[in-house]
Amino acid sequence: MDGKAIFLLRRKRTIRVAIILLGVALTVILISLNTGTIRLSPTSVLKALIGYGTAEESMILYEYRLPRIIITMLAGAGLGIAGAVFQGVSRNTLADPGILGINAGAAFGLIAYISFFRSLDGPAALMIPLFTFAGGAVIALVIFLFAYDRYRGLLPIRLILVGIAVSAGVSAMTLLLSLRLDEDTYAFAARWLAGSVWSRDWVNVWGLFPWIVVLIPIIYYRSATLDLFTLGDETAASLGSAVTRSRLILLALAVALSCASVSMAGGIGFIGLAAPHIAKRLVGPQHRHFLPIAAMTGLVILVAADTIGRSLFHPNAVPAGVVVAAVGGPYFLYLLFTTK
Amino acid sequence: MDGEKGFKSIVMSGSRHIIFILLLFAALLGLGLTLFMSVSYGAKDLTMGTVWSAVMHYDAELTAHQIVHEIRLPRVLGAAITGMAFAVAGAIMQGVTRNPMADTGILGINAGSTFMVALCFAFLPNLSYSALMAISFAGAAMTTVFIVLLGSLTPGGLNSIRLTIAGAVVAAILQSLSTGIAIYFALSQDLAFWYAGGVAGVTWSHLKLLVPIILIATIWACMMGRSISFLSLGDESATNLGVRASRVRFLGMTAAVVLAGASVSVAGSIGFVGLIVPHIARRLVGADYRKIIMLSAILGSILLVWADFAARMVNPPREFAIGAMVAMVGVPFFLYLARKERSDL
Repeated sequence: MDGKAIFLLRRKRTIRVAIILLGVALTVILISLNTGTIRLSPTSVLKALIGYGTAEESMILYEYRLPRIIITMLAGAGLGIAGAVFQGVSRNTLADPGILGINAGAAFGLIAYISFFRSLDGPAALMIPLFTFAGGAVIALVIFLFAYDRYRGLLPIRLILVGIAVSAGVSAMTLLLSLRLDEDTYAFAARWLAGSVWSRDWVNVWGLFPWIVVLIPIIYYRSATLDLFTLGDETAASLGSAVTRSRLILLALAVALSCASVSMAGGIGFIGLAAPHIAKRLVGPQHRHFLPIAAMTGLVILVAADTIGRSLFHPNAVPAGVVVAAVGGPYFLYLLFTTK
Repeated sequence: MDGEKGFKSIVMSGSRHIIFILLLFAALLGLGLTLFMSVSYGAKDLTMGTVWSAVMHYDAELTAHQIVHEIRLPRVLGAAITGMAFAVAGAIMQGVTRNPMADTGILGINAGSTFMVALCFAFLPNLSYSALMAISFAGAAMTTVFIVLLGSLTPGGLNSIRLTIAGAVVAAILQSLSTGIAIYFALSQDLAFWYAGGVAGVTWSHLKLLVPIILIATIWACMMGRSISFLSLGDESATNLGVRASRVRFLGMTAAVVLAGASVSVAGSIGFVGLIVPHIARRLVGADYRKIIMLSAILGSILLVWADFAARMVNPPREFAIGAMVAMVGVPFFLYLARKERSDL
């Protein structure tokens, strides 16, 4: 079988997997809409969506359920793609924005935002992703500098080690800063770090939406470069890729994507790890195939985790990040001990 | 570590004896001063004389004496004794696993304890302190066994870097679950405890149980120091020198688990103490673990008393998480170590 045939076969498979995932995603979303203090059955959701629902149903759907679920979907997709890019760029299958400490940097940015604006509501919320991105970018730079060796390039394992340490330090600084504000902010910061989807207003959706719809296509457009990275730096360079430059660009894009996602959804780890792995298993290693699948997988995981955290432990809620960590953490260990 | 050089520095350490004794005295003096200072200063500043008389001839009528006796002293002693425990546990782990980055916090052992303590707070809120401590031990032991098993089941064994990462991830999972429990059961007023620990709640009844256990485990660790030193040269060298490697490793880890479990049960998980302090001690006294453990015990106390003092003074009257205080010093140190560890990467 020649290369073109394999390519066509993979593409067919990708489309098939994408359709199945779409079905799964829709099911999860409908279940998620149906859970909560007031239940909305799929038919009433449909009715409310096309404008025939009762006033109460439409109010619940449009004011409470939809913003939150859209944020969860966008953040899940963003984290899935960001994780895939981190793994591709660093050639490290264990890279994940949570473990690398990017989330901790984003948390620092968020707390800086709160101390600046004193509130999380209102139109200023559109600026939140900017602050989290600034925090995440600084941390990414620090980690990159520490894990970079002048002669051997980016050292994959050291990257993780440095990330673990940096995230511990930055979390400490975040808590210090948040304690200076007041007890509520401290509790908010701690919950945020545990990964609870906190935002539920339309303004938050509008804060997150542009980042996702702009960044994901840009990254997708560069999927050929990501493919080259998996061959190793030297091969990539000899095939005409400006390695360091495109690596920095992609890294910045991924940092922006993950920081924007966690800014509204809380510091959720392990999705950026698990989603790309699952996607790669499903449709193979070519980025143009598995990036969309990774996005959909991330979306399904986060929506499911949020739904489980809200419904299984009713009337209290467990942060989605805790649910993801309980499943994703063991998966990380499994990967750590089976990959070389 | 360079085997032969390490061996020499362990066996021919006679000339260093005097220096070591001087160091030990200096450290003890430093500890004494730190304790005094930490008891004296706080929301209400007291003079050294008041503190001295409060300790020596306690008079229940005087407010200053009451502050010292009921609030400051248990807390400062708690910081000292848990600092000692974390530092000694770290020294033991670094010795028996031959991993310069081993620390009960980083390897997830503290997180195991915290998780079990969180479960207890949620489901059995009226448990006695001794039972809580026993459960904390169980948590520490389970995590240790889990990580050791992971290491030994992996084909080709587990190098120190991978072990560190595995530990950090186990810690992340357990910490996440602990936070989940805290939030779910609305224990979030103690959120600082789940996040970074603290010694504000230490009482005399805690200390009565803690001090003997930690002191005995520390002395036990010192007695094992010679075997641990040999073990730190490698299993083969240790066997040649008449040390049963797996036995020493098992006993050493047991001591570390006891130390970590005991201190977590009262102060929560405080990382990085067990990482930094043994390194400083090793730099000061060489590769002999008898000395490293002794000096680590004292330096660990000093570090944590200082950290607790800073946590109280940063933003009074609010308290800051002590673990976060230590992390600010510990993280740069860890980065420095990670950068130095070139061979493994």
